[in-house]
Amino acid sequence: MEITEDTIKHVATLSRLEFNEDEIGTVTEQMSSIINMADQLSEVDTEGVDETVQVVDRDTVFREDKPEHWQSRAELMKNVPEQANGFIKVPVIINKDEDE
Amino acid sequence: MNFKSTIGFEVHFELKTKSKIFSPSPVSYGAEANTETNVIDWAMPGVLPFVNKDVYRLGIMVALATHAHILPTTHFDRKNYYYPDSPKAYQITQFFQPLARDGYVEIEVHGKKKRIGIHEMHIEEDAGKNTHGTNGFSYVDLNRQGVPLLEVVSEPEIADPEEGYAYLEKLRKIVQFTGASDVKMEEGSMRVDTNISIRPAGQKELGTKVEMKNLNSFEHVRKSLAYEEKRQAQVLLSGGRVQLSTRRFDDATGKTVLERVKEGDADYRYFPEPDLAPDHISQEWIDEIAATLPRSAEERYNQYVNDFGLKDYDANVLLQTKESSDFFDAAVAAGADPQLAANWMNTQVNGYLNDNRVELADIKLTPEHLAAMIKLIKDGTISSKIAKKVFAETITNGTDPKKYVEDQGMVQLSDTSILEPMVKEVVDSNPQSVEDFKNGKDRAIGYLVGQLMKQTRGKANPKVINKLLNEELNKR
Repeated sequence: MEITEDTIKHVATLSRLEFNEDEIGTVTEQMSSIINMADQLSEVDTEGVDETVQVVDRDTVFREDKPEHWQSRAELMKNVPEQANGFIKVPVIINKDEDE
Repeated sequence: MNFKSTIGFEVHFELKTKSKIFSPSPVSYGAEANTETNVIDWAMPGVLPFVNKDVYRLGIMVALATHAHILPTTHFDRKNYYYPDSPKAYQITQFFQPLARDGYVEIEVHGKKKRIGIHEMHIEEDAGKNTHGTNGFSYVDLNRQGVPLLEVVSEPEIADPEEGYAYLEKLRKIVQFTGASDVKMEEGSMRVDTNISIRPAGQKELGTKVEMKNLNSFEHVRKSLAYEEKRQAQVLLSGGRVQLSTRRFDDATGKTVLERVKEGDADYRYFPEPDLAPDHISQEWIDEIAATLPRSAEERYNQYVNDFGLKDYDANVLLQTKESSDFFDAAVAAGADPQLAANWMNTQVNGYLNDNRVELADIKLTPEHLAAMIKLIKDGTISSKIAKKVFAETITNGTDPKKYVEDQGMVQLSDTSILEPMVKEVVDSNPQSVEDFKNGKDRAIGYLVGQLMKQTRGKANPKVINKLLNEELNKR
């Protein structure tokens, strides 16, 4: 799979990462070799093997619908830089789907 | 030129569980900000999701009620986006293998029946809630983060706003009567996004679609779709091009307003959720759930009207909520006459609920109480006037109607051996009324009935005393 600078720029935007011109070249090269290494997997003959999304062959274990209180708000809020009336205070973001 | 519309819906239902989908945090409407959260909801390092079994159970109920095919194996996926209401920076949803596919809802518009296909439905987690301040800050409440949602995606088979309205009404009713969701638009437990495109009649490929999100009511859905049909037609007729965009409905003007233009589908980089193993849904489990599926509103309506002989209006009032229909069914099962039970439910009980702003679950009257009281009326033990007193006592204090009537000596007096002498006496002591009666004044008898009621403190059976009075007066 070919990884171009445009691919890296696109993924960087989606991931909220910023690279300068020098970095783009390095990252493109590195990402390229990582993806190509993973690409070797496609050489394995998987004829007749069911598709899967996991490597451990097991099922989900469900939880019963029983509510539990774990942490208090005060405890959870310890890491919040700014808060107001029990809310987490963040810079205003008006348009949720601005990246769409 | 004639245009054809293509309308589709994405409807989110909050599933009625006691705890969240991936964490055991409690779920209740209107809790104080951030009090129903834990380390999983906050996406603290090292935490793992743990699937709530009831989310699947409730989702399967809706799938069964909409004739959808439940996939034997499903798994969750990550939808990646950055926003403060989602601490993980992704939403866990089902993108590749949803809960169910290919269902349908049958609607009736202008006397014609039509099936609207359901493309798929999937389980996912809700995000937290942001309140935007005017001071350059937003305020985040994570209580809603992780509340289970079922998203139902229709096929784009809806041809006009009327069909759209009917589809939403029907879908809401179906989900409501499975008990899987509260389906309250005003509380956000049902949320509607819609999209509409138009194309010249005869053209095969669909036009460019316009999306409208979070419409407040079915009426807004109908109005916004009707407005869009016209607006898009005007754009095309004047040689323009409909933009791939999101618009919002403005209630004040009845128009839709452009929110933003989209350049293409958003790139959410979906991939299978590595923290959760796939879920296998066995046929045994589906059968088990199917056996507990409550009767649909349609089935109940048919019984109420065809078997019980209720009027269309009365049946529909009972069927406004599953709770009231369940209450009525239980009263009938406890031996209540269906017509009387419907009358009491739709007038006295509803009146009480409205006056006191409470719900059926909050009152002390049980279906068994209602049935017992109706029996007392039917067998003539109490008059309907006394019944209102009994009802007031039972609904406020939960007193057993039969016991109350006995304790208070409210049993209706129908015994002629007691009533006859009283009738004679009242006629004897009111010669003027006898005179009036003979002169054809019907009111005279009403006065005498009143006197007898006074003497018996309302307990005399009005039918019996009317009869006795007539006989006595005619003798004079």
